[in-house]
Formats: sequence, C-alpha cells, structure tokens
Amino acid sequence: MNNAIIIGQYVPGNSLVHRLDPRMKITIIFLFVIFVFFANNVLSYSILTVFAVLTVIITKISFRFILKGLTPVWFLIIFTLILHLIVTKEGTVLYELLGFKIYSGALIQGFAISLRFFLLILITSLLTLTTTPIEITDAIEDMLHPLKKIKFPVHELALMMSISLRFIPTLLQETDKISKAQASRGVDFRTGPIKERIKAIVPLLVPLFVSAFKRAEELAMAMEARGYQGGEGRTKLRQLKIKNIDIFVLLVFLLVVTGLFITRNY
Amino acid sequence: MDITFKDVSYIYQANSPFAHKALENLSFHIPSGSFVAVIGHTGSGKSTLIQHLNGLITPTKGIVQIGDYQLNAEKKPENLKELRSRVGVVFQYPEHQLFDETVAKDIAFGPKNFGISETEIQRRIKEIVPAVGLDEKLLDRSPFDLSGGQMRRVAIAGVLAVKPEILVLDEPTAGLDPRGQREIMDMFSSLHKEQKLTTVLVTHSMEDAVKYADHVIIMNKGTKYMEGTPEEVFTQREALNQVQLDVPEMIQFMKAFEGRFGHAITFKRQSIPSLAKEIRQALKGAESLE
Repeated sequence: MNNAIIIGQYVPGNSLVHRLDPRMKITIIFLFVIFVFFANNVLSYSILTVFAVLTVIITKISFRFILKGLTPVWFLIIFTLILHLIVTKEGTVLYELLGFKIYSGALIQGFAISLRFFLLILITSLLTLTTTPIEITDAIEDMLHPLKKIKFPVHELALMMSISLRFIPTLLQETDKISKAQASRGVDFRTGPIKERIKAIVPLLVPLFVSAFKRAEELAMAMEARGYQGGEGRTKLRQLKIKNIDIFVLLVFLLVVTGLFITRNY
Repeated sequence: MDITFKDVSYIYQANSPFAHKALENLSFHIPSGSFVAVIGHTGSGKSTLIQHLNGLITPTKGIVQIGDYQLNAEKKPENLKELRSRVGVVFQYPEHQLFDETVAKDIAFGPKNFGISETEIQRRIKEIVPAVGLDEKLLDRSPFDLSGGQMRRVAIAGVLAVKPEILVLDEPTAGLDPRGQREIMDMFSSLHKEQKLTTVLVTHSMEDAVKYADHVIIMNKGTKYMEGTPEEVFTQREALNQVQLDVPEMIQFMKAFEGRFGHAITFKRQSIPSLAKEIRQALKGAESLE
C-alpha cells in the first residue's frame, strides 16, 4: 500500500550480512547504537559512517531504495538541523540575516546530531532489511533465555512477537483491500476537510477490526487443534549456531570500536 | 459506457527490489452493454485489471478509456468520484467491507457518498433488497448477525444501489453454496439483460463464462492470451490447456461423445436440455440406419 515505508520490511538476499547469526547482528547493532554517542570529532564520525556505508554495500541492497525508504525520517533529521541552527549560540558568527545570527558551533553541532540520527536509523533498519522476522524472534527468545530463571515467560513473549510480526503484512494487505472497496463506494480518503477524512476512517477500521478478531480466533483454534501447549519440551527447526564468520565480523566490529576510541582523543 | 485498454502496463512498487510487473501491453475493447468474462490463472493480472476500471490505480504506461473518462500515466486523475459512481465494483468476498450498524444503513452508504437524496435511497433499497434475494425484515439487523451468504447479498446490494452503468464482478460467487451461486449469477444476468448493464465478470468457472458471457478474455502472465466469443475460445482445447485452463464440462462431454459415437455436435452455447434433445436425435438417427 505505502511503498515509501521500508522499516520492518525484509529484502531477501544471500549476502554476508544476511547470513550472519541474528544474535550477533542484534548485539552489534545494539553496541553500535551506544557507540554512536561516543563519536565526538570528524575522524571518529567518519569511521562510523564508513562502517555503516560498507555494511550497506555488503548487503547489496540499493542505496537509493534505502534512502527512499527513510523518507519519513528525513523530516526529523532536517528539523533537528534547523533547530540547532536557531538555538545553539557557540563559536563565531558565520552569517547574519535580518539580525538573526548563525554560529559556526551551531552548524557543526547540527550536522553532528543529524548525522548521528541518520547513522542510528540506517543501521537499525538494516537489521530488519536483512533478517527475517522469524530469525529476529528466535534470536530474542534465545538472548532472553536467562530470564526464564526468574519465571519470565520468554517463549510466550517470543510467540506473541512472531505472531504480531507475521500479521503486519496481512493487516496491511487487508487495509489496502478494504480501503479500495470503500473508495469504490465513494469514500474519499485523500482530499476534503480534515473532519470528513477522519470520518472516512470508520468504514475502514470497523471491517479491519472484525477481520483481525476473526483471524485471531481462527489462529488460536488451529493452534489448539494441532496440540500447541506452549514452550515446554519444544524443539526448534532452525538451530542458531555461532560460526567462524560471526566471530570474524565481531572482531572487525571491535576493531572499528577501538579505532573510534583512539580517534576520540585527537 | 465503452471500456478500452490501450497498451496498458502496470508495475507494482516500481523502482524497488520488489518491483513486479502485473500487466504488460494489455489492449482490448469492451463495447457498452456487453457481458464479458475475464478468465485466467491466479496471478495472471485479473485483479490488477479491474482496479483500473474505476481508477483505484492508474496505468504505469498506456491509456485506459472508460466512456469519455481517460486514465493515463501522465495526468493525475480528476473527478474520480464521478467515475466511481458510474462503475460499480463487487470485490472478492465483498462482505468484508460491511461496517455500519444496520443493513439498511450499509446499503445506503455508497449512494449517500455519491450525493443521492435520502428519499431516492430509500426507494432504491426497497427495490434492490428483494432483487438480491434478501428479506426486508433484515434491514434493521446488524450486518454482522447475518449468515455469510446474506452478508454477501447485502454487500452486492450496496454496490447496486448506486446504479452504476458498468458492473465489475470479481469472483462474486466464491465460497457460496451451489444454490446461492446460481441465484446470484442469475440475478446479475437478468440485471444485465434488463438494464443493458455493461458487465465484467472475473471468474475461474468456465461454466459461468459459457452460460452468461457473450465475450471472453483469457489472461496469462499479465497479457491477453486469447479473446473472442465463447464459441471461438472454448473450442481451442490445446491452447487453453497451455495456460492451465480447461474447456467447460459441456465441451468435454461433446468431445467424449464424438469419440464414442462418431457423431460431432457443434458447440453453440446450447442449454443442457437442448443438448439432450440433439443427442437423442443423433442416436435415433443412428438406430434407424441399423
């Protein structure tokens, strides 16, 4: 329906990034998100940017596709930049327009924060672009395993996650179908005053909820019919296993992090 | 209203790794007042085709002409509402679009959106409800309390209440029991005959196509594979088998009959009783020769 949004969408492929153990991917991305905040100068930022860009190149997903998919986020990034230009008053005055001053510090900081934002979103969207939802849930279930000791329902949580993820495309499809059916009956979702457009959502939401509940009931029944009893004693079709390549990638990442900490002090 | 497709192509999610060509250089003409069956295997582009008919999607390339209304890639469509009031679409499983509190309100939803007066709507509901085989007592019930077949009829009534000039049907009988299927198809057929309604029927059923359509379009992989009258199309068994379609049972039977008795019967869309009469005549003739 909405071709612009790619967050949460999986692009099939067979690259190194695709084949990486999902747990390793999650760990590395988690660490990357933390370390992005440690970058403090041109050199350290470049290291992180090069790392992110190289990762994208390795995935073989076209840059244009990813950038286009981040359209909703661009607004946020540009907004951050402009906000910094207005608010921050550090460094020398670069430019003056009608008594409004733009400082050098503002420009640098604005760019740094925007770049940070961009890197964060780029690298986290790579996780869902190269990992199937099933793999992500498997990885999360595995990583949360220690919590079982304090009676935390890890398996149930993972199941809930995988079911919700599984039904996102289905619901989107359903939304598309119903909105087309209602549009054929003269509903206008795109133009007209706001009040009318909000009212136009009702004929979309009611059938959507009805079918979602029906679907949930059918799914529960099908699971019970096949003897689903929860996580106890269940074996897995896909066993997660750390391979040499995963260790290698982790080492490369640690090298990048070391580089980051060395360049921080320049 | 006439429908004309000229070199129409449609690509889903163009410029992304998911780009998928659904229609490719599709051209055909449907004259006003005809009953056309569009047949094809799953994924042959039938559903994409019908979404062009009321401007839900616009072609990536080519021109779609409906009456004097034109859809093409260059221009953003204007006045879609008017087009949609003249082209009624019954989607697959149309009962999924029901939402209002009562059956009457749901049927009135379409006409209301197109600006038809309340008294006229009430008049139309009175007319259409029996025509689709619903009981008037159901009008004040919630559509969600009805059976699947009744819900389907309510949804169809909602489309017919707009009084479109072109009626597009996407497998309108899928999932109904045989009697319901026949009733609904007969209703569409009589609507077509009485009101000269241009009808486009998307179907998997060769039997329905033979019985109701005067023109058949066979789709395969987003292009037109064959086109013609049912007599022309359904006698080409080999060509149909190539795209995983089969000839209607009646023609299968005629072929088998010819093989067994050596007497060819020409297919001219005869009804089953008249076919039976023909067979009796043929067999009698053979008997008297002996």
